[in-house]
Amino acid sequence: METKTKTTRANGNEVVTKITGAEALLRSLLAEDVETVFGYIGGAIMPVYDAMYNYQDRIKHVMVRHEQGAIHAAQGYARIKRKPGVCFTTSGPGATNLVTGLADAMLDSTPLVCITGQVAAGLLGTDAFQETDVVSVSMPITKWNYQVTSADEIPEAIAKAFFIANSGRPGPVLLDIAKNAQMEEMEYAYEQLTAVSSYVPRPKPAINSIEAAAELINTCERPLVLLGQGVAISGAEDEFRTFVEKAGLPVASTLLGLSSFPGNHSLYTGMLGMHGNYAPNVNTNQCDLLIAIGMRFDDRVTGNLATYAKQAKVIHIEIDPSEIDKNVKTDVAINADARQALELLIPMVKPNSHAEWLATFGELHKTEFEKVISRDIHPKDDKMRMGEVVNTLSEITNGEAIIVSDVGQHQMATARYYNYRKQNSWITSGGLGTMGFGIPAGMGVALAEPERPVFVIVGDGGFQMTLQELGTIAQYQLPVKIILMNNNFLGMVRQWQELFFESRYANTELVNPDFLKIAEGFGVPGKQLFDRNRLKEELQALMVLEGPFVLEVKVEKEGNIFPMIPAGGTVSEMRLD
Amino acid sequence: MNKEYTITIFTENKIGLLHRITVIFTRRHLSIASLNTSESEVRGIYRFTIVVNTTEAMVQTVTRQIEKQIGILKAFYHTEDEIVYQEIALYKVPTKAFADGDDVESLIRKYNARILTIEPEYTVVEKTGHKEDTQQLFRELEPFGILQFTRSGRVALTKQIREITSYLKDLEQYYKESEDEVLTYN
Repeated sequence: METKTKTTRANGNEVVTKITGAEALLRSLLAEDVETVFGYIGGAIMPVYDAMYNYQDRIKHVMVRHEQGAIHAAQGYARIKRKPGVCFTTSGPGATNLVTGLADAMLDSTPLVCITGQVAAGLLGTDAFQETDVVSVSMPITKWNYQVTSADEIPEAIAKAFFIANSGRPGPVLLDIAKNAQMEEMEYAYEQLTAVSSYVPRPKPAINSIEAAAELINTCERPLVLLGQGVAISGAEDEFRTFVEKAGLPVASTLLGLSSFPGNHSLYTGMLGMHGNYAPNVNTNQCDLLIAIGMRFDDRVTGNLATYAKQAKVIHIEIDPSEIDKNVKTDVAINADARQALELLIPMVKPNSHAEWLATFGELHKTEFEKVISRDIHPKDDKMRMGEVVNTLSEITNGEAIIVSDVGQHQMATARYYNYRKQNSWITSGGLGTMGFGIPAGMGVALAEPERPVFVIVGDGGFQMTLQELGTIAQYQLPVKIILMNNNFLGMVRQWQELFFESRYANTELVNPDFLKIAEGFGVPGKQLFDRNRLKEELQALMVLEGPFVLEVKVEKEGNIFPMIPAGGTVSEMRLD
Repeated sequence: MNKEYTITIFTENKIGLLHRITVIFTRRHLSIASLNTSESEVRGIYRFTIVVNTTEAMVQTVTRQIEKQIGILKAFYHTEDEIVYQEIALYKVPTKAFADGDDVESLIRKYNARILTIEPEYTVVEKTGHKEDTQQLFRELEPFGILQFTRSGRVALTKQIREITSYLKDLEQYYKESEDEVLTYN
C-alpha cells in the first residue's frame, strides 16, 4: 500500500505536503541521520512498518527475534557509533520487553531512542488489547519519555528525543506513539533542536574549580586518576592522555573506562574494583589525591565507602551534578564535560613524573602476577582457564579487536586479560550486569563497525538467555564471532556460593543443551575446543573467518576469578586467593 | 541525623512530572510527609513544595536527582528557619458541641480559628498555622467528637533573596551562550 501524500497550495506559493504520522516519523529519523533500526513488528506499530516499506532503501531495519535483542543491539550500535541507537516495538509485551535494556542503558549512560507503538488515543486507559502504560513503567529507567497522541507532535518529539538522548550525560529516551497518531495526516516540517528548555546538558566548568584542581594536582605526591566511561563519551581520550602524560599521573580504569587508554601504557596501572587489579585497588588507600574523571564511584569500584580513600583529597570531574558528592565527598568538584574540563586543565598542570610512587604499582603488580595472573594465563594442569583464552585472543588480535562481553566470570576475565590498544573497543553491561546482553549487543556492534573484527565473549548461562538472536545473526550474516566459555555453571554465582555460602551450589549447575547443534539449527557454524594446544590455531582461524561462528571452549568447571574485594569490603584488603 | 526539610521545585507544566519526582523518593524508601503544587509567580511555571524527614546528605542527593529531570527548572531544599510556611486544617464538629456551654467557642477564640459554615447537624471550623498548632486544636476538640478532619500540604515561601526569575535569566544566558556550540556528542 502506498503511503498517502497530498500536496496542496496554501497562502499563494507555499507548498504544504500532508503525510501520515508514520511517514513523518521516518522522515524525522532520516533528518537525524538514522541508518539502522532494530525492531520487531506488532499490531500497534504496523502503520510505521507499512510506511517503512517505501523507505527500505534509506533505513535498514534489522528484524530481531525478541524485543530485548533489539534494544541490546541498539545499545551496542550506539556505544560504537556514539550516537543514539534506535529501536521499534509494538505496544504491551513489545514495549515491556524493552525494560531490561532501558535500565541497562540508563545505568551505563547509553543514548537510545526507543519507539513503541501504543493503542489509539481513544482507547488509552481502558485496558485495551496489548495496552500497557509503558510511560509510567519506564519512568525511572529513562532519561526522558513522552506519549505522542497526535500526528503533528511527531517531528518535535523526535527532535527532542535525539537531543536529550545524546547530550549531557547520555541516556535512553522512550517515545510511545498512539496508533491514531501514526495514521493521521499532518503537515511535515522538521527542525533539529539545539536546546530544550529547563535542560542544561553541558554546564560551564567554573574556572575557580579548575584552578583549585590544578593546584591540588601540582602539589600532590601520590596521585591516582580514575578513568571512567565519561572520557569516551565526551571523546576526550586524546586530551586524557595528554593530561596524564604531562603531569605524570598513574591511571586506573573503571570497567567501562577500559579501552579509552592503552593497556600497555607505562602510566596504566589496571582496572579498579571488585575483580580489578591489585595495585590500583591497594593504592587507592595510599594515594594523597584521587582524580576521578567521568565516573560515578559505583559500589563495585569503592567497596566499603567508610574505608575508601579516606586519606586522599578528591577531585571529581563529572557532567551529571547529581553524581557529585553522592557516594564520595569531593574536595574539588568540576561539574562539566570531561573534554572541556581537561582542555582547561592541561595548560595549568606542571610536568611531573611521580616515578617513586609509580614504582609502588609495579611492585604490587608483581605480587598479583605471581599469585594470580600467571596461573590464569599459564595454568599448570590441563584444564583450560578463561584467562588464558582471553590472553591468547588479546595476543592474536594485537589488542585491536572490538570485544563485547556478557556478564559473569568470563566478563571479568575479559576485562582483566584483554590488553586494549584501540579506543572504543569494549562493550559490556556494567551497572545493570545484564546476562544475555552480549550476543545481541554484538550484533549491533558488527553493524556499526563492519571494518573491525567483533568478538563476543559469553558464558553458558548468558548464552541461553538471548540465543534466539542467532537467528538474526544468521539471517543478516553478521560477522559476530562468539566465544562461548562453557563451564557448566553460573560461574560467578557459584564462586560466591563457594566463598560465602559454604559451597552450597543451589541452582548454579547447568544442564546444558548441545550448543553446536543449536547454532547449526540456526545456520551458524561452530566448533568445540577442549585442547589447549589447539587454542591459538582456532582463534587464528576465527580471525580470518568472514561470517558468524560459535567457538565453544570447555573451561575448568570450578575456576574462580581473583583477586577479589568481597562486597562491602575494603579496597585495600583485596583477596589474592 | 534526621530533620524536617522542605523541598521547593520549580517545573514546567508537563504531564508525568509528578510521577518522575515521586519515584525518586520511592526508590530511596523516603516517605513524603506532605506535597503541594500550584502555579508560581511566573506564569506557566509550577511550584512543588514537598516535606520530608531525612538526613541532609539524603535531601541533597534527592534534590539534585530531581533537578536533573527534564522539565524541572530548579530544586532547592531548606530547613524550617529558612522558610515562611503555613498549613490549613478543617474540622467538622457536631453543632451541638457549641450548644453545651462556652468551651468550644473559647477554643475557637484562643486558636484564632474561623467558622466556615454552621448547619443544624455540624459546624466546619478552619485553622491556619503550623502543624503543631492545628494538631493542638485537634486534640482540644477531640473530646467534643470530631466528625471529620483534614490538613493540607505545606505551602512555603523561602527567605532566600535570589528569586526564581533570576535563575531563569541565568538559563536564558546559558542558551544564548551555547547557541553556536554543538551540545550533542559525535
